[in-house]
Amino acid sequence: MAGFVLKRLGLGLITLWLLSLLVFFAGQVLPGDPARAILGPLAAPSAVAALARQLGTNQPVIDQYGTWVGHLLTGNLGTSYQYQAPIAPLLGKALGNSLELALVAFVMVVPIGILGGVIAALNVGRRVDRVISVFGLSATVIPEVVSGIVLILVFGLWLNVLPIQAAWPPGAGLGTQIYHLIMPAIPLALILFGYIQQMARAGTVEALASDYARTATLKGLPRGVMIRRHILRNSLLPTITVIATQTGYLIGGLVLVETLFHYQGIGTLIYNAATSKDFPMLEAGVLVIGAAYMVATLAADMLYTLLNPRLRLRGVE
Amino acid sequence: MSIEALPVESRAALSAGAGDLRRQFLRDLVHQKAFMIGATVLGFWVLAAIFGTLVVQDPLAQNLSAINQAPSASHLFGTDQLGRDVLARVIVGSRSILVTAPLATLIGTVLGTVVGLSMGYFRGIVDDILGRFVEAFLALPLVVTGIIGIVALGASDTTLIIVIGIVFTPLIARTVRAAVLVERDLDYVAAARLRGERSLYIMFVEILPNVLAPITVEFTVRLGYAVFTIVTLSFLGFGLQPPTPNWGYDISANVGAVTAGYWWEVLFAAVAVATLVIGVNMLASSIESALDAS
Repeated sequence: MAGFVLKRLGLGLITLWLLSLLVFFAGQVLPGDPARAILGPLAAPSAVAALARQLGTNQPVIDQYGTWVGHLLTGNLGTSYQYQAPIAPLLGKALGNSLELALVAFVMVVPIGILGGVIAALNVGRRVDRVISVFGLSATVIPEVVSGIVLILVFGLWLNVLPIQAAWPPGAGLGTQIYHLIMPAIPLALILFGYIQQMARAGTVEALASDYARTATLKGLPRGVMIRRHILRNSLLPTITVIATQTGYLIGGLVLVETLFHYQGIGTLIYNAATSKDFPMLEAGVLVIGAAYMVATLAADMLYTLLNPRLRLRGVE
Repeated sequence: MSIEALPVESRAALSAGAGDLRRQFLRDLVHQKAFMIGATVLGFWVLAAIFGTLVVQDPLAQNLSAINQAPSASHLFGTDQLGRDVLARVIVGSRSILVTAPLATLIGTVLGTVVGLSMGYFRGIVDDILGRFVEAFLALPLVVTGIIGIVALGASDTTLIIVIGIVFTPLIARTVRAAVLVERDLDYVAAARLRGERSLYIMFVEILPNVLAPITVEFTVRLGYAVFTIVTLSFLGFGLQPPTPNWGYDISANVGAVTAGYWWEVLFAAVAVATLVIGVNMLASSIESALDAS
């Protein structure tokens, strides 16, 4: 287990390093002169040169990359062009907000998705299965813009039961915060529903067809107990991995949902950094996302191994 | 035993040439309800993109004395904040997405096929190095990679096509690589190698035709994702610039008016997006199951 984790961490670090290269060169090299990009085409050359000196962008690219990575390793994410303030606290706050939104989405979708998948699997080929599966597939492919707009119209405008803006009034308690997050969480939950439902369905169908399921039935175990004790434990394993790999998608979805519902999370942070050419902020945000994705997939792999006795034993041997 | 005496399936298998297989595939395809619905929806939008301007009003014509009008006989879908006809903008808005999405997907498929063929065929160090880059790319959500690329290259439809094409490349490469790994150990590849064919010839003339099925499926599935991503990025303001009608951009430009009750300015564009993605995905899944069958 330790060896497995170390190997995965090592590979993860290499990937992060490549990611830092990609991000740095997309941010610093491709747009040409960042100082010019910030000040616009009409700014005086002397002003552009002064800003370039201040930003350090007049240094050779390799040196800039070295300085940037050096700072990153000491926990210094740099200074935002846009806010003229250190990035780390801004990023930390945004990440916290996004995490809260993502949690609401997960709390909504994981039980419903698993339940949907298991119900579909227990009714394979029947109408219930078809309805759940078609709904799942459609929910997964429809962009959050579309579902978000429909939600805003139905629950915000026509029924007027949920707030359109995700930002809650200052000093609001947890209950009010969650109330504001319900509508933004639904588009994310809809997309995740399809993935989770399909995995749970496939896992359950496979487990139902297994020898141990037949044995359990033949030895007279009530169907409910059989499903709880034998089927679910096996069928939910692959679902855990899917949930973790969807973190990557989730963060992408946050960009859209947070912009649509005016919520100050990592998604709007990256979006604002991109539109105002705040390259240090953009780079830091993207790296944090990459790292979050890697941690999530690693955690899922470990959890999978821990929960699966077959793999756990093989690790010990 | 004559062919006629065999069960139907084996008879078909014995006498099936490439042409028969293709005919079988097409027959499977058109017998699927999902394919017919998907094709109808896509066909509708293609017609709208080509001939839409002949039928609807001018999507650019502003009428500042008739802004934010609810749907009525003269404006079936109402008018937007600048008094433009929403129906016209929705119909003509199909143009940009039906050009950008297929082109981006095509670029991604061609590049991804080349990269995937090289990874699967050469294995070893080529595979390892490219594999690492693919991993790094996949650690980022599509939308974020798109935003970085667009910031680096400037917002326009061309950028959108290039960026999405490049983002799709590693995804498609991974699928093609997996298919090539199966093929490369088969006898016909060994035979080609023994004949002394060059690697390029083996990759593109011998192996490529045999992995076309997964590539076709990948293309149609990615087409759905391309529509998804382009609408999202246009909504964020990274696509075609106004005033050209564009579903994603039109939604973001008018979403502020929703609180005032002007629902028609965003709902119809959103429904248009939904029909197109669902249509494309129905096509994709029916093509996949027809290929599986034949």
